[in-house]
This record gives sequence, structure tokens and C-alpha cells, in this order.
Amino acid sequence: MTSSSNQNTEFKARFRQTLGTFTLDVDTHLPAKGVTALFGPSGCGKTTFLRCLAGLEKAAEGSLTMGGKIWQDQSTFLPTHKRPIGYIFQEASLFPHLTVRDNLNYGMNRSKETVNEGNVEETANLLGLNKLLDRHPDYLSGGERQRVALGRALLTSPRILLMDEPLSALDQMAKEDIIPYLEELRRTLSIPIVFVSHDIREVERLADHMVLMDEGRITASGPLIEMLSNPALPFAQADQTASILEGSVVSYNQDEQLTEISVEGHPILVPGKIGETGESRRIRIAASDISLSREKPSETTILNVLPAVIQSVEALEAGRFNIFLGLGQENQCKVIARISSLSQKKFAFAPDQTVYLQIKGVSMIEKY
Amino acid sequence: MTETIWLTTKLAAVTTVLLLLFGTPVAWWLARSKAWWKEVIGAVLSLPLVLPPTVLGFYLLIALAPDSPIGQLIQAVFGTTLPFTFEGLVVGSCIYSLPFVVQPVRNAFEAMGDRPMEVAATLRASPANAFFTVALPLARPGLITGAVLGFAHTVGEFGVVLMIGGNIPGETRVLSIAIYDHVEALEWGQAHLLSGGMIVFAFIVILIMMMADRQMRRRAQ
Amino acid sequence: MERLKRQTVKSHRFACLMILSLIFPRQAAADTIHIAVASNFVSTAKKIVEAFGKDSDHRILLSSGSTGKIYAQILKGAPYDIFLSADSETIDKLQTRTADRATYALGKLVLLGARRAVLKETVSTSLNTSDLGKLAIANPKTAPYGRAAIETLTSLGALEKLKPHFVTGENITQTYQFVATGNASFGFVALSQVQDLNKTRYKIIEQDLYSPIRQDAALLSRSAGKPGARSFFSFLKSEVSKEIIRLSGYDLP
Repeated sequence: MTSSSNQNTEFKARFRQTLGTFTLDVDTHLPAKGVTALFGPSGCGKTTFLRCLAGLEKAAEGSLTMGGKIWQDQSTFLPTHKRPIGYIFQEASLFPHLTVRDNLNYGMNRSKETVNEGNVEETANLLGLNKLLDRHPDYLSGGERQRVALGRALLTSPRILLMDEPLSALDQMAKEDIIPYLEELRRTLSIPIVFVSHDIREVERLADHMVLMDEGRITASGPLIEMLSNPALPFAQADQTASILEGSVVSYNQDEQLTEISVEGHPILVPGKIGETGESRRIRIAASDISLSREKPSETTILNVLPAVIQSVEALEAGRFNIFLGLGQENQCKVIARISSLSQKKFAFAPDQTVYLQIKGVSMIEKY
Repeated sequence: MTETIWLTTKLAAVTTVLLLLFGTPVAWWLARSKAWWKEVIGAVLSLPLVLPPTVLGFYLLIALAPDSPIGQLIQAVFGTTLPFTFEGLVVGSCIYSLPFVVQPVRNAFEAMGDRPMEVAATLRASPANAFFTVALPLARPGLITGAVLGFAHTVGEFGVVLMIGGNIPGETRVLSIAIYDHVEALEWGQAHLLSGGMIVFAFIVILIMMMADRQMRRRAQ
Repeated sequence: MERLKRQTVKSHRFACLMILSLIFPRQAAADTIHIAVASNFVSTAKKIVEAFGKDSDHRILLSSGSTGKIYAQILKGAPYDIFLSADSETIDKLQTRTADRATYALGKLVLLGARRAVLKETVSTSLNTSDLGKLAIANPKTAPYGRAAIETLTSLGALEKLKPHFVTGENITQTYQFVATGNASFGFVALSQVQDLNKTRYKIIEQDLYSPIRQDAALLSRSAGKPGARSFFSFLKSEVSKEIIRLSGYDLP
């Protein structure tokens, strides 16, 4: 059980609710900033948890405070329509009898808060909906509908955005269509976002924090990057395991078409133009795309070579090893490398050794 | 004859409006409530579907009589009794046609599911507001079906009117009674005219219903 | 084994015969007579059929309905042998299909009061009250008792004054219901309907106020050669039948 004690936590939630043979039993703090993913297999209770936060489900026992305000305790239950939330359902659930514009207006007109996210036109612009305003939902694609749902929720000026598997009903194309908007929201929105997902790729791409759930309980929670590289959690052992690194864009080299991103003071070169200087970007490095070298390689085609310190070595099934490495001054940035047992025999990697990571540049950012 | 047709239309229209006003909340409750006994209420409200109308008319005649408790209450409040009046026919027709309005509206509310109301709640709409701005518009085909069925059924109603009407021209003498009278009096010419008109009317009603149904299905896709 | 089977078959056959004989007792030698009777006369007709059955093997089926409906059914070929109508005009109209006819009863009109209503000395004074309420009559267009009620009120010179109080029953049974349930204060009904009531509840209308309600019966031509039908038609005019009819609240021709 890993948990981070974040002092900024504003959302305190405790719910106990039995539905047939299933029991939801959670007690946690959710961060007041950034994106929190509720992650777990289907049937683990993550959607029920989210619905309890929204007040769509009333847990038999529970308490919920948001920024010091009580939404639920033994004597209080604030009904959903009085909670300053935005909620995105798995299917867009637009009102079929209203145009896109009226769908967007629906929540905004009923919201007591002053409209601080701009008007309908502005939001429509932001979400690429301005040409669709007078259409009926029947004539929109899946991705467009989900974007309207997103805009409709944002126009209520919510203090928190809750999303229930917002991408899972969409096909690959529609996902590609909407993810950039979600990433944009993650960067620009000041309110916390909680979203439910069973797809680790979505989580890697969008989340800052992760709450891991199984059979109605929270089994682990903490910052995403720590969780993914935690040897005690199942993520590191997965075949497709990867490390997520946060960095800031330094510059773009027009001639070589490479973007330099600084991660803990180390420059990493990424093909293509990615973001503007100073912007924060997230990169994903698959564990199998990293090779290790005792000496700093002098002659190599690999662009990105970084020094790191081995934190731990762990044997996996099928003759493979995970090497957990620390980057940066305090080794606080965690990276996982996956090597064969033959290599481990030959090099006998052990904690506290300094090694050099060779990262195949082309594989650093994966398209979703 | 014009008087009879006008009276019948008025009876059906008043009944339909009242049933939509009172039947829609009932249908909503039947569709939404999780109470185990709601089906008991649902069954009671559906009784007119299976009971011979004369049974209903007979009990109404007894229940609304001036010396019955209900009859006395009505007399005390309104200063008149209901049998042999237009108002009495409206009461009888409302009871008789209730399931024909409630059932389609209930089906429409049930087909809608919980989701639209949940969405409306997350968009700050109070339950009452969501009912009027979301549930009712979405249930429109069901409301149309209910209204058409309720209207048509009231026009075709015979047994209840026969029992509590008293066949007063301009007050309680509706089409079905007039047709019955003509047949009994061997005035088959007039009976043919009115009966033929009823067949055309019934055909139009069913046509409207089928078109409303098609619209509902297209919306569902 | 084979023998056992044969025995079972035999006993089955026996059981079948037993059941059949229960369903159709003494059927072979007798006619089945189908009688259509106007609703208001059904209970009296049943008593007559019962009396008839004491000395006869014929099987009798009674169908009841309004006179107008039975008339329409006969026109469309309904398999009736005898028709007991509530009036004489309908039998007039069936003349071409009738082998024999007879007036079997004269209906008597009464004014019936609801439980709360007060019957005074005469019909006129009873109906001459400020809080009359509703006055139930049978549909004069289709029911002979309705026609008789109109004639009575015309004779008394009260028709126009009382017309606004009318509620019309489709037949004499419904008219009775209106009064019995208290929804109408008074009603013109048949004496045969009020036999079981206290005599203070109704007043018999004097015969000179309305033309006689002649209830005629017809032996239909299609059954002229049917001995059972002829035999019942004669029985209808016998002293036994007459006594039953008189006790049921009818006059005799």
C-alpha cells in the first residue's frame, strides 16, 4: 500500500456502500490540483466511487468534503444539481431534442456561478465546435458528441471535473480526435479533474495522480510517475511497462527537426516539433527501448545517453530483469529498464552503481 | 347529429387534457419509483383495460348516487350529483381511459432510462426543472400516443356512458349511444352514417399512432 | 396382456357413454326448441319453461336480448323457433316469417320511487314537487314501457313540465337501475320488475292513461313443422302459463 500524504488535498471522501455482493469501501484524499485517474479492472468500483462523488449514487455510509464544504455526512446530502461539478458520462448523453448550442447553454443557464470560462462561442472555438452549433446531436460523430459534452460541462463553471471513461465508447479515430483537447484542458484548467479509466495508456497520457482500485477498495494511490515505477506495484512487471518523464521544452532545431526537452537537467532529443519553449511535456519511454552501458558510450548512433544510478534490480519470470534507475541530482526521477537474464549475468548490475542509459530517440514519444 | 358529434368531441377533448395533466405524473411515478408496491397501484390503474365497461359503469352509478358517501360528498362540495351530467361522463371517461394514457407515457419514461435525468442534474437542473425540460420533451412520442389513444378510446366508449349517462341530448348523449339507439330503433340508415364515420375516425387514429411510433423508433436509433 | 388391453378399452368406452348420457339426457326422442325472449320477460319465461318441462321431453334453449336486437338477428337468419317480443309492432314487422302469433301478456306500468323519495296519493301529486330530481324513463323510441310512460305523462298534461327531468335508460332494466341506485328519484318501470318490493315503493298506473303494452309471441315459419315448438307455443296460452304470467305482474289479454 502506497499513499502520498499531500497536504493540499481538498477532496476528502469516505464511502461505504453495498450493492448486492459488491461492497464499495473507500477512504481517501484526492488532490486539489491536476488530473487524478481512478484505475482498475472493470467491476472494481471506480465508476461507483465517481458517482458517489457526484451525488448520483448515495452511499449508505459516507462523508465528502470539497474545499472545506460538506457535501455529504450523516445528516447532509447535497443533491447532484447543487454540487459545482462537471460530469462527463461514458457516452456523451447529449439531449437529443436540443441543438448543440442549446445543449451547451443548458448547464450554463442554470449555473449560479458567474461565467468565468467565457461564453458559448469561446468554448465552442476552444473545442472546435463552432461549425456544429446549430446541428442536432444525431448528426454528430462520436468524438464531436463527446467534445460537446465536455464543453457543456465546462460551461457550468465547475469546481471539479469528473469523467467516467470518457474515451472508452469511442473508436481509435475519435480518441485521437479528443485526446489533444483533454491534454489542453489538463494544462490550462485550474480545477482538478478526476477520471475513471481501465486503459493504462490513457492514464499514462493524462493523469498526474493515480488511485488504484480493486474489488471496491483502494489498493494504492499516489503520483502517477511514482506509481508506475514502483517495484511493489504490478505496473513495473507488465510486458509493456514504460516510464513517464516530465520535462520542459528547451528548443527546436529546425535543420535536424528535433525538439530538446530537459528532464531533470538532462537534455533529451525528440523527433518532430513538440510544444513551445518553456512548455511542460510528458514523454514515455518503453522499458524495452532502454539499453544500459557501464561506460559512457563514445561511439553510438543513439542520440540520448544519460547517466543514472541503479536503485534496485528485480528478477522477473521468463528470464528477464527489471532495473530501476534514478535520474537527476537526488535520483528522484524513476526509469525502468528491461534486460535479459543473460545480460544481468554478464554485467551483474547492483544498486548504487552508476550506468548510462541509451534511449532510442525515435521510440521516446509514442503516439497514443 | 351535429350536437352529438360536438358533445362527443368535447367529452374526449376534456378527458384527454385532464388525463395528460394527472396521468403524466402518475406514469412518471410508475416508471421511476422503486417501491415494491408500485405494481399493485399499476395493476389497479390498469383494471379498466380488462373489466367490461358496464362493470365500471355499474359501480360508478352506485358510488356516485346521491345517497352514497361519495355522492353526498360531491353534492356537499359542488351542490350537484354527477350521474346524468356531462361532468359525470368526464369522471367516468377519465377512469375508463386512464390506462390508455398512462401506459404509453410510462413506457416512454421507462425507455428513456435514468441517464437523461442524471445528465440534467450534473448540469444544475433541479429534478422538477429536468422533468419539464428533459423528460417531457424526450417522452413526446409517448405523450402523443397516450393523448391519441385516450381521445379515441373516450370517443368509442359505450358501457360507462350507457350506465351513468341517461341519454340526455346535448348533455350525455354521445356518438356511441346514438348509434346504439339508431340500431335499436331500426333506423339503420343513420346508424350506418355514424358507424361509417367512426370507422374512418378509428382508421385515422391508428394511422397517426403508427406514424408517431415510427418517429419514436427513428429517434431511438 | 392383449386381454387386459381390450378390457381397458371396453371400460373406457363405457365411461364415455356414461358421460355422454349425463350431458344429453333423454335426448334422442325430443326436439330442441330455441326460444328468443325479450329481456324483461326472461325470469317469467324461465318459470314457464320449467312448468313445460314437467310433462315434456323437449329440450329448451332460452336466449334473451332487446326486442330490436332479436328482430335484427331473425332477419339475418338466427335459428330461433319462437320469439317472445316485448311489443306487438315487432311481430307485425315479422309477419312474413310468422306461422302463428298470440298476445301472451299485457305489460303494466308503475311509477317507482327511490328509497328516499316520497310517493303521494296519485302519480300527478307525487311528481309535482319542487325538488323532483331526475325522472327515469325507458327510451320511448325503442322500449314499449318508455312509450307508455310518455303517453301517461301526456294524458296527465305533465309532459312538457317534466321533460327537463328526464333521464333515459336504454331499456326497462336500466331504467329500474337508475331508480334502485338512488340516482333518479322516480322512474316509470314495469310491474313485473317490482314484485319483490314493498308496495309503498310504487304506484300502478291506471290502464286508461296509456294504450296497452301488448307483448306478442310468434311461432316462426321455419319451425311450423316442429312438434316441440308447436307444443310449447300452445303451452304458452295454457292456464298454467297464464297463472305464472299473472303472478309475475302482467295482465292477461
